[in-house]
Amino acid sequence: MKARQKRLILIGLALGLIGLASALAITALNSNISYFFSPSQVIAGEAPLDHVFRLGGLVQPGTLRRQGNGLLVEFAVTDNRATIQVAYAGILPDLFKEGAGAVAKGRLRPDGVFQAEEVLAKHDEEYMPPEVAKTLQTAHAEGVSQTKTPPTAESAGASH
Amino acid sequence: MALNPFKFAAPAVFYPLANRLIPWFWTLTGILLALGLYWGFFQTPDQLGGNNAQKEYYRIIFVHVPAAWMSMWLYVIMVFWAAVGLVFNTRLSFMMANAVAPTGAIFTFLALWTGAFWGRPSWGTYWDWDPRLTSELVLFFLYLGYLALHAAIDDQRRADRAAALLAIVGLVIVPVIYWSINCPDPTQCASLHQRSNLTRIEGNILFAMLTMTLAFWMYSFATSLMRLRTLILEREAEASWVQELLNPRGGR
Repeated sequence: MKARQKRLILIGLALGLIGLASALAITALNSNISYFFSPSQVIAGEAPLDHVFRLGGLVQPGTLRRQGNGLLVEFAVTDNRATIQVAYAGILPDLFKEGAGAVAKGRLRPDGVFQAEEVLAKHDEEYMPPEVAKTLQTAHAEGVSQTKTPPTAESAGASH
Repeated sequence: MALNPFKFAAPAVFYPLANRLIPWFWTLTGILLALGLYWGFFQTPDQLGGNNAQKEYYRIIFVHVPAAWMSMWLYVIMVFWAAVGLVFNTRLSFMMANAVAPTGAIFTFLALWTGAFWGRPSWGTYWDWDPRLTSELVLFFLYLGYLALHAAIDDQRRADRAAALLAIVGLVIVPVIYWSINCPDPTQCASLHQRSNLTRIEGNILFAMLTMTLAFWMYSFATSLMRLRTLILEREAEASWVQELLNPRGGR
């Protein structure tokens, strides 16, 4: 066997191992080092109680309330299975709105309310002018109500 | 007439070819950049709707997304040449990897930088340790590590081989960057960065974005070839063809 062929096999093996390492890293990303916890995970006790974590989900429509000078806000974050109340003092980002995604960083208070230090807005991957987006959403809502299929992972993900 | 691809592995043959290609790549860069920017500024909607109601600032997409794509593609190209160099021991392959790296690093920085200025108005923060952002930052450090390692070793051949190995090991991050937002089950990949889906982008926005991507490709070819030209001259300075090139009247 020529030296060149040996090197080719070695590099091939190295690339295979790197692929394996990548797959492991991706699996880790998907499971235990998730960036945020969903309300159901928090209810199930998976989120840490003694230090700061992130709570992610949809801002439940009709729950956003401003108090006093408008800097104190309260809203509920939901993943359509569980809901957590969030309290926050500060300016909300431009894209923050009811029905859209949000990620809040903070602690869970003993009374079960999530006290956020930072609230970020999470938008979807749709880059459409307002008119088109509206038509698409209506069509999507009609499609969902007509087919009446149980919500799949795909449709749940598409909504935030 | 059969084209022998190995013919161009010789620096002396590749040098004039690079010379001839560079102006063409610069011309294409200019045309595509002008078209992409014109389309991005004047032929696209002023604001977005739905659950992504961004205002004018969404136009950062025309630089951010092409730069982020280039950062990953150029890394793969760099690793390809590094691996070819290690297997076949060809000088030009290592030089190619070396010539691509700075352009890749610049695009990675551009993606992170424009992303920060985009994240502030839309998400509400310049930076967050989200899987996508963090893995892209690691890619930036890998480019810098590759360049630094290569520069730190005086012996050219040892520097080539050591840096090539680092590049190959670093390839691990590229699939992680891709899958950090594109994992099959959307509920499983929690990130601040949205997923990517070209079918859900309006036609004009997509056209401008893809034109800019092509412009960045042409720019990458042009700058890499220019850097390669310099590297060839530096490393082959003792070769007779370089001597002849520098002193055409033959005074050696």
